[in-house]
Amino acid sequence: MSERTVIPFGPQHPVLPEPIHIDLVVEDEHVKEAIPSFGFIHRGLEKLVEKKDFNEFTYVAERVCGICSYIHGMGYCQAVEKVMNVEIPPRANYLRVFWAELSRAHSHLMWAGLLADAFGFENLFMQCWRIRETLLDVIEETTGGRVIFGSAKIGGVRRDVDNETLKRCAAKVASAAVEFEEIKKVFRDDYSVKSRLCGIGMLSRDNAWELGAVGPTLRGSGISTDTRLEGYAAYRDLSITPIVETACDSYARCMVRLHEISQSLDLIQEVAARTPEGPVFEKPKGYPNGEYFARLEQPRGEVIYYVKGNGTKNLSRFRVRTPTFANIPALLHMLQGCELADVGLIVLTIDPCISCAER
Amino acid sequence: MIPEQVIHEIDSTDLLERTQIMKREGWRLVQICATTLDAFEMSYSFTIDNRFEHFRLKIPLQQPILPSITEIYFGAFAYENELHDLFGISFQGLKLDYAGNFFKTSVKKPFATSMCVIKKGEAGV
Amino acid sequence: MKPLAMTKLSLRNLFKEPVTVAYPVIPREYFPGTRGRILIEPSTCNLCVICDVRCPTKAIKVDRKGQTWTIDRLSCIQCGACVEACPRKCLTTGNQYSEPMTEKSVLVVPIPFVPPPPKPKPPAKDASDAKDSPV
Repeated sequence: MSERTVIPFGPQHPVLPEPIHIDLVVEDEHVKEAIPSFGFIHRGLEKLVEKKDFNEFTYVAERVCGICSYIHGMGYCQAVEKVMNVEIPPRANYLRVFWAELSRAHSHLMWAGLLADAFGFENLFMQCWRIRETLLDVIEETTGGRVIFGSAKIGGVRRDVDNETLKRCAAKVASAAVEFEEIKKVFRDDYSVKSRLCGIGMLSRDNAWELGAVGPTLRGSGISTDTRLEGYAAYRDLSITPIVETACDSYARCMVRLHEISQSLDLIQEVAARTPEGPVFEKPKGYPNGEYFARLEQPRGEVIYYVKGNGTKNLSRFRVRTPTFANIPALLHMLQGCELADVGLIVLTIDPCISCAER
Repeated sequence: MIPEQVIHEIDSTDLLERTQIMKREGWRLVQICATTLDAFEMSYSFTIDNRFEHFRLKIPLQQPILPSITEIYFGAFAYENELHDLFGISFQGLKLDYAGNFFKTSVKKPFATSMCVIKKGEAGV
Repeated sequence: MKPLAMTKLSLRNLFKEPVTVAYPVIPREYFPGTRGRILIEPSTCNLCVICDVRCPTKAIKVDRKGQTWTIDRLSCIQCGACVEACPRKCLTTGNQYSEPMTEKSVLVVPIPFVPPPPKPKPPAKDASDAKDSPV
């Protein structure tokens, strides 16, 4: 009977973008159990609804996470607008989709670079982030900030972007898309990438559905589901097919995300060409009274915003259920039986955004 | 199209039975949420295809106890541990129990005091 | 499965000019809309305190008696709420980020506007004093 040792993974680890601690019970380099431990970034943001009124709370909602920040702001605004019955103008909807797809593309590119860095391929990491810089320049030109966009507002968007800037940005995105195709070929064909990713971190189709996984973790196991098909914001005018792979391993999840980057870059160009004219803001009246569950698609999966208002200027409850929080049980299942050297890679394949998961 | 929000009001004694029915029909557990008002208002959300439905139940603020659904949906352990640490709700039969160490906060049960401090009618309308 | 799929890309990058900018030597060019820091035009300010009320992090403090407008640049999140709320449009967003500091300090700007003295309290109302009430 071989001996079991407990090895702590994290909270500081070169592979992780954000701190998470996992205790690995290891027997001869094979992991038998994994016990996660949270709480490093818990800021209690949901309790701030008591102090800040519902308009100011947009700034807090945007700053829940740095990587997926725009969609948090957009989801909060959508939930409150539904409670207050505000119809926002179509140009605002199209601009929101423009920024949401930019957010998705830059988040996935950052993830692709971190994955390449995790198995030591630093050249590929630098190339992915070089393309990401073009997208961050587009974001800075249209919204004013590289990471925190600051353009979510209840009733529309804060800043208008004129059509010339949209055309120029669409051209920059088109050139970035052409460069990205070459990098996708490296991920798809290279021998060293495949030998590190194929067959690692298996998550069967039934397990993925039962454990509540969402996003590319679910789509990489063969289940076709995408919250953008519901048709919120301007998605009802765009045709989106969810990208599904059936191999159920890390390589499948990686390819799902890379295809989603190409899909997002195409969607950005389509939206920039089709944005209608009109105002970008509609002033909401009164205070929110009622409750609503809003569902959106973040880069990491499906996110739920629950907003409950009681007729005063403070909301009575705001709850975010982020996709990383839903993927944690699937992560624990995937870690059982793997080798010690693959733990970092498997944690990265669910795209851990721990500051979202803990708020 | 965006599905209708259907909220079913149930009792805490029916919870396990209805969750079993959802599991048998193939629904996915989406989230478990609690709101502090004059009682704890719990929302259990499920989804399948294009439907999105919720169970709503109320439990008292003093000594809140609920049966755990980790036997049926193992993924619920994360939500139930978080609710235990932040609201003080105890779950019977929790399979992976952190006993209060899931989120380490300096104040125990920080969200259990009322979330709406300003009562209706007193705000500067 | 190709063994050296990255070769073509690497060789091309070897002969292209670098993508990065030699930063401290060559200054960075910001876009016109970048939210860098908040700037004030003191001559137009009338000490209305609206920016103090709207600031989500309380980085701006306005002292009506001392006639100063103070901003703590380390607390400012560059959200632009004060710029939108100012009725005299004396606050603008500059597009350079603020420089790092070696010790914590706040920026105090003296405002030349003198707030009017508080109005005297009206006397107790009688039926005969109706014409003395302020307009």
